[in-house]
Amino acid sequence: MITLKELDELLFTIKKQFDYDFSDYSKASMLRRIHRFMDIHAMKNAVDLKFELINNPAVFQNFINEIVVNVSEFFRDPSFFKSLQQKVFPYLESYPKINIWSAGCSFGEETYSLNILLKENNLYAKTRIYATDISSNAIERSRKGIYDNTNFKEYTKNYYECGGKESLNDYFVSDPRHSMIHSEFKQNILFSNHNLVADGVFKECQLILCRNVLIYFNSNLQNKALELFYQSLPIHGFLAIGKKESLRFSSVYENFKEIDREEKIYQKIK
Amino acid sequence: MKSQAIIIGGSAGAFNTILSILGQLDKRINIPIVIVLHRLKNTTSSFETILQRNTHYTVKEIEDKEQMRNGMLYTAPADYHVLLEEDYTFSLDVSELVNFSRPSIDVTFESFSAVLKEKCCGILLSGSNHDGAKGLKIMAENKGNTIIQDCNEAEFANMPNAAKTLYDQHKELNTTNIINILNNECY
Ligand SMILES: C[S@@+](CC[C@H](N)C(=O)[O-])C[C@H]1O[C@@H](n2cnc3c(N)ncnc32)[C@H](O)[C@@H]1O
Repeated sequence: MITLKELDELLFTIKKQFDYDFSDYSKASMLRRIHRFMDIHAMKNAVDLKFELINNPAVFQNFINEIVVNVSEFFRDPSFFKSLQQKVFPYLESYPKINIWSAGCSFGEETYSLNILLKENNLYAKTRIYATDISSNAIERSRKGIYDNTNFKEYTKNYYECGGKESLNDYFVSDPRHSMIHSEFKQNILFSNHNLVADGVFKECQLILCRNVLIYFNSNLQNKALELFYQSLPIHGFLAIGKKESLRFSSVYENFKEIDREEKIYQKIK
Repeated sequence: MKSQAIIIGGSAGAFNTILSILGQLDKRINIPIVIVLHRLKNTTSSFETILQRNTHYTVKEIEDKEQMRNGMLYTAPADYHVLLEEDYTFSLDVSELVNFSRPSIDVTFESFSAVLKEKCCGILLSGSNHDGAKGLKIMAENKGNTIIQDCNEAEFANMPNAAKTLYDQHKELNTTNIINILNNECY
């Protein structure tokens, strides 16, 4: 396994060789993910790992896909989605067209959850969602929209807790093991690769969701990402971050107003 | 070597022991304490409120990238793993459950040990699973101060027992002796 010092060297090599900059990621999390990757691929030390990454391009792509944390769920933090419907949706209604950015969308769970609620609140028709992630595997999986049935009991519970009125199953086509989201929920979503570290603004969006992504960055990179969101929002646009994340340490803190302190929903005011 | 942090891991049956330890801790002790207790997600519990009534520390649930400070007692939020960075800030993590748990005690023990090495004290209390055993072993190998609750005293002995089975050099102490050792070594 590798030490914190070897980790720094490894990230430096990756930056030089592949132009992916992980140097401002959380070191503590990186260390865990790299150990996990080495475990799965039976690599013993930093030398093994470096050798494989440099000499085998397929391994590198795999590495990117596996060191990021894609764990997500439908309607994660139901209280958040409830608040979003109550406090943000009424504002969105006033716009003729709505753009939403779901940044760090993982396998699409969050994006489709949002889309279901937009549909139920009659906002679906005028909304376009841009869902992005650094991992190409995540983007592919999101486009497919196929999920294991084992977790659906929990998803259904979440769905009702956030105020869902229909039957969640009706939004999916299922076989005994998997469920696929109905194609109508894919039509207004554009899934694409976007790296919050390196890529810039691509669209003005009235609502940005970036939840449980910033925890993987150090404060420096968090700040950079938050500035990017700030630039992508019009005045009165909304930003939602993860429940245990904070704007407090960022340079744009003063430019936002708290809409829901607990659920970490903010509005750009200047 | 003096510890820079005390990390307490517990599950079923650990809560009252935690309260006893905190209540009888020497008031002059102020190194940060981090508590990782398995609990249910999507529920707001009065856990922090009860802790606050029993300690001279200021109790706070961990927020991402918050600085770890003296005089503070931190709790792991439900549904997140807790990690420590080299600059002594916390990072939260929603990666896979470990030992069916998030927060996992193993994850926190291991992460703190990687940064603090011999300068940390890990305590593993009652619980009915195996979480914490692996992390406590790593901590011991890094020369940290490692303690498990007396298996005869623990309401559920599985957790301290698993730690003992994996590594037999931890100090096995009852609540009174855990309090004594902290009062002697942490001030
Ligand atoms: C834990 S998931 C969050 C999923 C969802 N937002 C939620 O809260 O459940 C974190 C996601 O952030 C993505 N991510 C990590 N670094 C990124 C970067 N630099 N740019 C864009 N996405 C990134 C990961 O690939 C992963 O899918």
